[in-house]
Amino acid sequence: MKTITVRYFAGFREYAGLGEETLQLDVVTAMDVFNETRERHGSTEPTGHCKVAINDEMADWTAKVNDGDTVLLFPPVAGG
Amino acid sequence: MFAISSSDIAVHELRARLSNPGSGGVCVFEGWVRDENEGRTVLRLEYEVYEPLAVAEGEKVIAEAKQQFPFLEATCVHRSGLLEIGDCAVWVGVSARHRNEAFKACRYIIDEIKVRLPIWKKEHYADGDSGWVVCERCANVRHG
Repeated sequence: MKTITVRYFAGFREYAGLGEETLQLDVVTAMDVFNETRERHGSTEPTGHCKVAINDEMADWTAKVNDGDTVLLFPPVAGG
Repeated sequence: MFAISSSDIAVHELRARLSNPGSGGVCVFEGWVRDENEGRTVLRLEYEVYEPLAVAEGEKVIAEAKQQFPFLEATCVHRSGLLEIGDCAVWVGVSARHRNEAFKACRYIIDEIKVRLPIWKKEHYADGDSGWVVCERCANVRHG
């Protein structure tokens, strides 16, 4: 098990009802974290246009997460 | 330079930053808040920005543009917070020796910023509803 802090933004934050939570998760990749939290909060958002960052660095969904990491989950962006 | 601003974008100040004796022209794009989106009347917008990463990624986009279309000066500022109809939401300015680099770099910067930066737009509609915008079309018109 790893201790992972997950931060939610925009629609994800509203869906989860919180901006951040620290969880004990049995995960390997950023995608695993997303799937775990999706299950937890009942979100059906596909990963297609979503992005992820680990410890304030943009990351791939296949990137490994380590104990103590902060994973930032970004719903589809819409700047401009 | 890329920055996030929580207050009105000071357009004239930004334009002055592009001044360079070698520049033969400047290309500016201003994104404004429109009163309609996909058939719904929009009253105002709200931008949520994750600033640390938005600034880092914005700087990266400008550096990429410079490598592809060598310009002399570039500045981009994106708003956060609550905006009214007609407000400037994003400002991109590029000055270059010749217009081709200025146009192309400006286009590259605005297109990439729309799809890559951790910025989210919530529209507030006339019927009292509100929603986060998912702009799949944005990715399709990139550098068109």
